[in-house]
Amino acid sequence: MLAYLWIVPLLPLLGAAINGLFGAKWPNKYVTLTAISSTGLSFLCALEVVREFFKSGQALFHKQYFDWIVIPNLVSGGNLFRAGFDLQMDQLTVVMVLVVTGVGWLIHIYATGYMAHEGGYYRFFSYLNLFMFFMLILVLAANYVLLFVGWEGVGLSSYLLIGFYFLKKSASDAGKKAFIVNRIGDFGFMLGMFLLFRAFHTLDFQTLFDAQHAAGWSVESFGQFGTLTIACLLLFMGATGKSAQLPLYVWLPDAMEGPTPVSALIHAATMVTAGVYVVARSHVLFTHSETALIVVGTVGCATAFFAATIGLVQTDIKKVLAYSTVSQLGYMFLACGVGAFTAGIFHLMTHAFFKALLFLAAGSVIHAMGGEQEMPKMGGLRKKIKWTYATMFIATLAITGIPPLAGFFSKDSILFEAYRREGGRHSLYVVGLLTALLTSFYMFRLIFLTFSGKSRYDEKKVHVHESPGSMLGPLVVLAIFSVIGGWFALPTFFERPDYFANFLAPVFGGAHEVVDAATEAASHQLELILAGVAVGAALIGIAVAYWLYINKPKKADDLATSMKPAYTTLLNKYYIDELYAFLVVRPLLWLSTNVFWKAVDVAGIDGTVNGIAHGTAAIGDGVRHSQSGNTRSYAVWVVAGAIVVLAVIFFWPGAGKVVLGLVR
Amino acid sequence: MVPTNYYVILSAVLFCLGVFAFIFKRNVITIFMSIELMLNAVNLAFVAFSQALGKLDGQVFVLFVIVVAAAEAAVGLGIIILIARNRQTLNVERVDLLKL
Repeated sequence: MLAYLWIVPLLPLLGAAINGLFGAKWPNKYVTLTAISSTGLSFLCALEVVREFFKSGQALFHKQYFDWIVIPNLVSGGNLFRAGFDLQMDQLTVVMVLVVTGVGWLIHIYATGYMAHEGGYYRFFSYLNLFMFFMLILVLAANYVLLFVGWEGVGLSSYLLIGFYFLKKSASDAGKKAFIVNRIGDFGFMLGMFLLFRAFHTLDFQTLFDAQHAAGWSVESFGQFGTLTIACLLLFMGATGKSAQLPLYVWLPDAMEGPTPVSALIHAATMVTAGVYVVARSHVLFTHSETALIVVGTVGCATAFFAATIGLVQTDIKKVLAYSTVSQLGYMFLACGVGAFTAGIFHLMTHAFFKALLFLAAGSVIHAMGGEQEMPKMGGLRKKIKWTYATMFIATLAITGIPPLAGFFSKDSILFEAYRREGGRHSLYVVGLLTALLTSFYMFRLIFLTFSGKSRYDEKKVHVHESPGSMLGPLVVLAIFSVIGGWFALPTFFERPDYFANFLAPVFGGAHEVVDAATEAASHQLELILAGVAVGAALIGIAVAYWLYINKPKKADDLATSMKPAYTTLLNKYYIDELYAFLVVRPLLWLSTNVFWKAVDVAGIDGTVNGIAHGTAAIGDGVRHSQSGNTRSYAVWVVAGAIVVLAVIFFWPGAGKVVLGLVR
Repeated sequence: MVPTNYYVILSAVLFCLGVFAFIFKRNVITIFMSIELMLNAVNLAFVAFSQALGKLDGQVFVLFVIVVAAAEAAVGLGIIILIARNRQTLNVERVDLLKL
């Protein structure tokens, strides 16, 4: 089965094809069956593959299936370049594949309930399966080129699904925005690939990241811009696009126009983590460049804080979660930036559980409210939708970092690594900690506004009802994982082996150095203190949220009025969209309209083409008058022609040969 | 023995007369006759060269030209009769349906 790794991505592709081709005429239950079984089977296959991978005991399984792009070296044999359909399996892939198929399957099940009354049911599941296919290609790919196929494919599926309600202008606009903003990042990603190929003549992970190969590289210290640094920065540019980091994060909040299961699967749990995955996958490159690591860490940290502050004041329940996602992705990059790739991937995994759960629960709330997304129009839902409330509360505790839930362990390990590895400056740690406080505040603000207090909706109009079992089931499963998901990697002060770090050690290898006993004891103590500080920050955030939204509900509005400039700035997301519109979009539009459209296209290209046509027509129009219909004038032309021919023959002796030469 | 030049010059003069008649006359039948005149001018040149060079090729060509001229006369006169019937005129300036 391990050799048949390709079945794992193929099943969702089959599902997408079947639903896309035949689903339109089928009743919903067949579409459901196809979608659920294809992803479910894919998950089972993934489990089996992973089991066999562990049983075989190898560090890396790699198989070439067929050639895709091959440039043979005609001089000395061999290939100058080969990009094949090669899949690989290592511990990092195991984590990603299980998260993608597992969470993806749960979200498919959820979506059958959520989308039951929507038009385009088959189209939705066809796209969603297509997304699963591309995402699996992305994580299973054994070279950058194939990874890029998945990378672009998930971008395409994301575009299709954001614009699912394409009759709504805001939705189709959001889809286009996501696609175009991602294109900027992809541009960098491609340049990075080209640079890597020029430098190393291969884009295969196995050859490129080979330990002996990498041992020859010198570490480029801060400020040095060698090949590795520039390649890493370009790859990271792609990652900022896909993973919604500064400055390319703007598409993700708008992407909430898509149906909620899409937000959960693509824009929270899987696709947006692709950037983190690429950075972790390329860790061999990144660890050789201090500049790139510092950039990754700083961008991640800045994004985490920046997005969290915007999340404080948003009123749309999905927008809060969107900014929270951006912020948590920032955490993952922060971890990668300080070299703690294990912590980053660990947070990726736990985040996939609790953020998917948060989105699905939010979807359940929206479902219960009959489509309402504004939190000021909710309130007091706790009693009415108990299951949704319970699961969402668990997810909120998890993202806030309350022990012993998943988020606590992953966030704690990121903050600990940031503190330990940053070399005494601690600026990343402080901002990270502050972000943790903000996170707990805005998450509990969401909970309190939605579920507590008095209801602020028209109870006669809105019939609040609990969601069907197909939606609650995935919620409960994800809630369980949000609780236990973190137990794989206990902090070292529990005196237990860190299973997750040991598990990923074959991939990240030296990234986790062994320290001697004395520093280890000190580090245990340090970690304990830092964990305490982090939990303290989370509790402060909860307390403030409780005080503002439960204890003194008026206080929040007072605060908003008293700090109006700050509040409106946050509410308008720092005017970043307006800034981009002013700095990029409008100049580009002006340039495109006035230069490329009106000057180059209309005047230049069309002018030349149409000019030739008009010129020809004008000449024809002039010459046409010689066709008078008068036989005798034709005869004059014939005679004139004969005279010319005779004159040439008489006065230019060589003419006959020239004419014959031309004819031949 | 009359020199070949004379025949050739006579042929050229007849041909030019035919051309000018073709261009300046309006009556279709006259134009038709001028065409015949040009053909016969060419025939004269052929025969003259055939005699001068002592070869029969030119005379063979003349026979061909006469045959073609006869055929052309048959078709051409048929057309002229049709034009005269349909338009009650033989003036070529009034037969100009081919103009744009």
